[in-house]
Amino acid sequence: MDLYLPIANLSVNIFVIVGLGGLVGLLSGMFGVGGGFLTTPLLIFYGIPPTVAAASAATQVTGASVSGVIDHLSRDTVDVRMGAVLVGGGVVGAVFGAGIFSLLQAAGQMDTVIAILYVVLLGSIGLLMAYESVHSIVAMRTGQRPPARKRRHHPLVAALPFRWRFYKSGLYISPLAPFLLGIATGVLTMLLGVGGGFIMVPAMLYLLGMTTQVVVGTSLFQILFVTMASTLVHSLTTKAVDLVLAMLLLLGSVTGAQIGTRLSRKIRPEYLRIGLAFVVLVVAIRMALGLGWRPDEIYTLDVR
Amino acid sequence: MKRWLRFIGLPLVAWASGGASLPTLVPDVSQREVEIQYSFKGAELLLFGAIVYPDGVVPKKAPDIVVVLKGPEQATVMREKQKIAGIWVNAETMRFQSTPSFYAIASSRSLDHLTDARTAAIYELGINNIQLSPASFDNLEQIPRFERGLIDLQTRRGLFVEKQGTVEITGGVLYRARLPLSARAIVGNYTAETFLIQDGRVVAAAIRDIVVRKSGFERFMAFAAQQYSFFYGMAAIFVAVAMGWIAGTIGRRV
Repeated sequence: MDLYLPIANLSVNIFVIVGLGGLVGLLSGMFGVGGGFLTTPLLIFYGIPPTVAAASAATQVTGASVSGVIDHLSRDTVDVRMGAVLVGGGVVGAVFGAGIFSLLQAAGQMDTVIAILYVVLLGSIGLLMAYESVHSIVAMRTGQRPPARKRRHHPLVAALPFRWRFYKSGLYISPLAPFLLGIATGVLTMLLGVGGGFIMVPAMLYLLGMTTQVVVGTSLFQILFVTMASTLVHSLTTKAVDLVLAMLLLLGSVTGAQIGTRLSRKIRPEYLRIGLAFVVLVVAIRMALGLGWRPDEIYTLDVR
Repeated sequence: MKRWLRFIGLPLVAWASGGASLPTLVPDVSQREVEIQYSFKGAELLLFGAIVYPDGVVPKKAPDIVVVLKGPEQATVMREKQKIAGIWVNAETMRFQSTPSFYAIASSRSLDHLTDARTAAIYELGINNIQLSPASFDNLEQIPRFERGLIDLQTRRGLFVEKQGTVEITGGVLYRARLPLSARAIVGNYTAETFLIQDGRVVAAAIRDIVVRKSGFERFMAFAAQQYSFFYGMAAIFVAVAMGWIAGTIGRRV
């Protein structure tokens, strides 16, 4: 069954889009990620214009992270103060990203930049995750406990002026560090339609040195509000949010997420992590091949 | 009887094409307004009409009909990908001041047989005769390459359509043609032009306007996104949060 998307200006098969949302939701429920890093590339592979794909994927991530945030808030595993600083940075980043977006669009380099960013980000994060999870699986199999990592924030973070107490994160650091981190992910949310959890979580652990218990909840908290901000900024600037597309994606992803969450309780986290690393690497490789292969269309036509 | 009519018809044609009085066209289209609806997969337009001869006599050699459906003009930028440092990136660009967003042509015979190249170029008959008006002539040698690329791209997207030999002419008087309107066609004012061609010359032309617009929910959405961006964005956020929250609530109960 075909449905016409009013903003993307083309007809899509409902079942393909809902199925795609469902797949992304399943993975996001299993791995605890927003899934935007999968939605945008998959939509682009399907033929949705990159701008509409990125804008609508951000809207979908909002919906996909709502129930996670509620869960974490009720379990008191969100550092709201840290989250607020991150969101503040994220909103600034989204506005900043909108500027970059329009510059890239005018130069006609949007698709290439989106693809390169995906290859670099997903490739490096995927490799890191794979490396780490293989290590922990080996350690688990051989019965060794990996030595406990000393929780410590990066020396650069310590060098920043003013310090705030973030009780739940167990930190006494400058709010500038999470604010800058927020800006960086806000830009990514705007450009790529990703929540940025896959960058935020490692950054919170290894750069800021936050307590592990509040990392996922706080990351989801910031994703929820920054994707909201990015949806609004996209609506105001690129006007590329396709509500029909987003609703179809949401229909699939919110359902898939519930199933994914259930599945994840039955699988060991080490195996989940290596699974996620695999998915991330596959998307990165597909994107890289897309850059190197001769594209189907040499020409693109933009209306001015 | 018929044979006799034709017999006296011949000198008539000679006289008519001499310029004193030429046949005229009475064109019409099946729809004056095309509405893009939620399951819009494209529309088919029927363009039909009658040829009125000066004395009501059909000439022995019946004239030909060409119909052209044109969409609103657009200023466009054409980008060409090239392999640079191992990856394909947009390298060269060319601006076109006004290209038709949609162009469909149907003719009663192969276009090559109807007119000479000059007439075809003047009346923009045929996809390769569309005036693409490049914005700059600095890189003359690039223009043909970009024009070919643009025509090829638009043809494969169904935005440039050529259907030669599909106009039916009944009894030399009534003609009709069907043209597909792609789902990718943009909204706006379209024109349906009909040309009557005799002995390689355009002897009559007529034009009808067609409005293509988005109707119902789609029109509302596109309009809201453009005009009420803030509320549209807020609505998108609200819908996303509501759907996520509802799914979460149901998920916890099941």
